[in-house]
Amino acid sequence: MSEGADLFSAEQWAWYRDVELNSDSTDCTRGLLDEILNTLMTVGWENKLVFGVHLSMEEALVNAVKHGNKYNPAKKVHVRVGISSNLFRAEIADEGDGFDPNKLPDPTDPDYLDKPNGRGVMLMRNFMSKVEYNPKGNAVFMEKVR
Amino acid sequence: MADYQHIVLNEVADITVVHFLDSRIIEDLAIQQLGAELFSLVEVDGRKKLVLNFSTVNFMSSSALSKLINLHKKVVAAGGSMKLCNISPDIREIFTITNLNRLFDIRKEEADAIAAF
Repeated sequence: MSEGADLFSAEQWAWYRDVELNSDSTDCTRGLLDEILNTLMTVGWENKLVFGVHLSMEEALVNAVKHGNKYNPAKKVHVRVGISSNLFRAEIADEGDGFDPNKLPDPTDPDYLDKPNGRGVMLMRNFMSKVEYNPKGNAVFMEKVR
Repeated sequence: MADYQHIVLNEVADITVVHFLDSRIIEDLAIQQLGAELFSLVEVDGRKKLVLNFSTVNFMSSSALSKLINLHKKVVAAGGSMKLCNISPDIREIFTITNLNRLFDIRKEEADAIAAF
């Protein structure tokens, strides 16, 4: 995701944040999430699209805090978010070892259906226009075009 | 009866109808408590017929799906069954995308769910 900086600087955002979040609890993400949701609604995004962005950000941030940084208070989650009236972009990077998103089991496989975990990335891919991971697998880039 | 922080129960004959007090079911401390309360319905109280009414819930993430899948396993293992109802269109889409609409018995209204036992 080396092109990430260009993706964020090239746009004229109505709202932009570049923040570091603590990792000791997923509650650390609430303030940023509320700001994002309020901004999307302020610039006119429809409720259905706001729901999808909310869900995708929730999944990505929980993955970063829980699975990436493993609630380690010494580690940070680095988040960049840009919002305009027709585009949402976010990059969420943790300080963990990363994972291979291509090796996740298919949660819709009948044999997997009653397994409790592994659906977050699938939901992100469905609700976002684009979801990409860096080669290490510890940073995700997401985009939603309105 | 136990003192619940996240659910309210109504009983219709031998069916337990569960309403949620939280409008968002997400990964935080509360979801662990919610899970424990739901599991206790089966493991402590021995309830075997559950209806989960989502009318108050406007947002949930995959963390909530995990709790529901585990609850479903416990109910089935106890020889019971559970139904879901009053799910908003946005949340319904989560069940559809993940194919969990095939695992769970989802009904439109609470009366439909109760009648389905």
